[in-house]
Amino acid sequence: MKLAVWTYEGPPHVGAMRVATAMHGLHYVLHAPQGDTYADLLFTMIERLPHRPPVTYTTFQARDLGSDTAELFKRTLGDAYERFKPQAIMVGASCTAELIQDDPGGLGRTLGLPVPVVPLELPSYQRKENWGASETLYQLVRAFAGANAPEPGTPRPPRDPAARPSCNILGPTALGFRHRDDVDEITLLLQRLGVEVRVTAPRGASPADLARLGEADFNVVLYPETGEATARWLEKTFGQPRTQTVPIGIGATRAFIREVAELAGIDPSAELDREQSRLPWYSRSIDSTYLTGKRVFIFADATHAVAAARVAAHEFGFEVVGVGTYDRSFARDVRAVAEELGTEALITDDYLEVEDRIAELRPELVLGTQMERHIAKRLGIGCAVISAPVHVQDYPARRSPQMGFEGANVLWDTWVHPLMMGLEEHLLGMFRGDFEFHDDAGASHHGAAATARPAEPAPEPEPEQPANDADGPHWSQDADRELRKIPFFVRGKARRNTETFARERGFDTITIETLYDAKAHFAR
Amino acid sequence: MTVALKPGSPAASGCLDAPILRERGQREVFCGLTGIIWLHRKIQDAFFLIVGSRTCAHLMQSAAGVMIFAEPRFATAIIEDRDLAGLSDANDELDRVVERLLARRPDIKLLFLVGSCPSEVIKLDLSRAAARLSQRYTPDVRILNYSGSGIETTFTQGEDNCLASLVPTLPEADADTPSLLVAGTIADVVEDQLCRLFEGLGMPAPAFLPARRAGDQPRVGPGTRFLLAQPYLPETARLLEARGATRLAAPFPLGADGTTEWLRAAADAFGVSEERFQAVTERPRARAVAALQHHRAALEGRSIFFFPDSQLEIPLARFLSQELGMRPVEVGTPYLHRGIMDPELALLPHGTRLSEGQDVDRQLARCRADAPDLVVCGLGLANPLEAEGMATKWSIELVFTPVQGYEQAGDLAGLFSRPLDRRTRLEV
Repeated sequence: MKLAVWTYEGPPHVGAMRVATAMHGLHYVLHAPQGDTYADLLFTMIERLPHRPPVTYTTFQARDLGSDTAELFKRTLGDAYERFKPQAIMVGASCTAELIQDDPGGLGRTLGLPVPVVPLELPSYQRKENWGASETLYQLVRAFAGANAPEPGTPRPPRDPAARPSCNILGPTALGFRHRDDVDEITLLLQRLGVEVRVTAPRGASPADLARLGEADFNVVLYPETGEATARWLEKTFGQPRTQTVPIGIGATRAFIREVAELAGIDPSAELDREQSRLPWYSRSIDSTYLTGKRVFIFADATHAVAAARVAAHEFGFEVVGVGTYDRSFARDVRAVAEELGTEALITDDYLEVEDRIAELRPELVLGTQMERHIAKRLGIGCAVISAPVHVQDYPARRSPQMGFEGANVLWDTWVHPLMMGLEEHLLGMFRGDFEFHDDAGASHHGAAATARPAEPAPEPEPEQPANDADGPHWSQDADRELRKIPFFVRGKARRNTETFARERGFDTITIETLYDAKAHFAR
Repeated sequence: MTVALKPGSPAASGCLDAPILRERGQREVFCGLTGIIWLHRKIQDAFFLIVGSRTCAHLMQSAAGVMIFAEPRFATAIIEDRDLAGLSDANDELDRVVERLLARRPDIKLLFLVGSCPSEVIKLDLSRAAARLSQRYTPDVRILNYSGSGIETTFTQGEDNCLASLVPTLPEADADTPSLLVAGTIADVVEDQLCRLFEGLGMPAPAFLPARRAGDQPRVGPGTRFLLAQPYLPETARLLEARGATRLAAPFPLGADGTTEWLRAAADAFGVSEERFQAVTERPRARAVAALQHHRAALEGRSIFFFPDSQLEIPLARFLSQELGMRPVEVGTPYLHRGIMDPELALLPHGTRLSEGQDVDRQLARCRADAPDLVVCGLGLANPLEAEGMATKWSIELVFTPVQGYEQAGDLAGLFSRPLDRRTRLEV
């Protein structure tokens, strides 16, 4: 058993629901106990969909367990077909139904419905939501595109030179973080390049659309978590190459354009020349100088973590002090980017570990999920959300992609917003005794009510971390007072550096001299 | 049992003999685990450990919204593959999780092991685990267990099971002194208002189940009379009666009339004179009636359809019809306990369609055919029905808002008039 207060991902059948809800003409019959319909409100409330997800639940109760739950499943499946008349039906079990082993796939076949019935095997006690979405898409594509597959070993015929190059977009689902606007942004980008998008899946596709996946020249994988397994299979089966770059950030978008151009056999220079993002200029404008070397911690799904780390380091000029993911299946990519940026990777789905790491690193900005937003709030650190899981405010009404050139504009605004503005930061450092600008007042643009500075000479409170811990070197009173003159957002780091410096030299007491010696020692 | 009927009420016979539509099919409801969301705020030193799957944890964080970040006192021990291999293993694992949890939270005095669908299907014996762990952690922490699983419980029934697990542990009351107990979670502010009213009536101060702290749970015994503040507590009531306590039958304290009848049941039982009762209740009752008037124009004559959710549906429909002139079309409830609900059914307008259980697609079809002015339903149905052009009141809010008693009567009416008001304001 594993103690969990917060889970970064839901169970795998929620991933299957994300695929079913993203598509149309497809229905999902889920063998599940009463109560599992809570998942509907993820879609109706968080994503604010105006219709019920295309999911029918058996909602069995204890009294059903005494009788024939398999019969209940068959009846529910038959009724769902009659009511909704979908092109195809997926059948599966939630975690409890998995235990009673009614075999929805087998039962689905015996019913002899006039539409394809795709069975899903999603091991709930081993796997999670993203895997469930990926596996579901894979099974659907195998079922519907597979029927049109050429003989194994058949080379892909060359594209008719008169026809425009074409691709599919793979990965966007329901309940995906900014999937709606990312798809629009990348579809426009591909159109400008002269590439035709044949099928976007699962978002917006029907089973009949999936049958046409083999027609495109190549595949664009926007979200490897949900689309890569399918893209690999399409590559093997239809000889369609796939993109490797996820176009989040300026550098990645440019690389993506070159990659697409290569796959499509076209010239990308026009699109690269007319690049319209404001991020490069905003980031070079002198107002942004104070962002240089800001210490940022990143935690997200692997795709967004890797992208954010590169963007933070190379496009914002931040220092990435830590990067991590909750998704083990893509841990290698995150480790690679951590190594590239000279930092450490954190691979865990235990939020308490993430909290400990953030508390230890004391970054000035956290880029994470809904969960990190609240860790950061508790620690008094600015934060922006870059990845699922997210709450309703991150399914905004306005257009706000993460991908492509407009996505880079959105990243710029979103990540800079939580930071204190440059001048305010300077004034805080200069005038520590100011009655309005002080550590506890918080960033003034956050709308926090102005709190008066505590009356002197009361010592400033620093509740989270007393300056003197039990076994570390002792802070003299003078040094402690001097430490508190350092602006709060870098004070944690200064404390740690000074203590390390003192410990390495075997000092028992930290004086003002030690503090400044350490400052000089660590200065670069 | 008698209920004072308003003269000339159209509900002369009410719905006591009405046929009840009983349906089985897909039920679009929460499981009893969701009760933890309000129970953990009410009992301030209790912790709720769900023994379940990732689905249970996901449900809790989705339903709890932002509350989960305020260092909540609930968590899930997620069953993994290796726990399914053998049960002895699972018990050791549970002990380890509880140890880690209690080490982190020394402030916890009462720990509930909450059963879920997976733990019940694999027949993990949480009552034995609770007894075993209680022995180990006594006297610092008491450990109880109850089921909040979807296969056993619907939404508010989780609270019934939780309180029922507490009842056998309540200290014995002095048999010779009559005492009053109010069962069911209500907001602190409402508790305080009720205490003032009972004090005014010259009655003993009521004890509340659950109490705000684990160590302050009420005494119970043959001298105890109890009122249910919530309609979904049959098991708790049964166990209180088994301890010798006497239930005072009454409608539920929703609205001016409901609150009056509820208070009257207690006043009668404690021999309070009619003059004193009138003198104490007159002013707050007039205040409640005046507050209701603000909403009457928006609600009077409007039809309302209840999807099943919390068992509050029948008392709410009674309040809305009796005190605000609404027309209940269908009143759905997940369970209908006749013994508890009869005083309410007697006051419901004759001809109201009553349904117990659910086949959500068929019920939706009836709802569309009825075309009611307002639909009370859960969050899975609310936005889809709004998109079809129906006005909805999402039902979970009725459990998360102080609605009982005189001072909340206006607020309760406001919960129903607000969605209608909003529709008149929006021009887009």
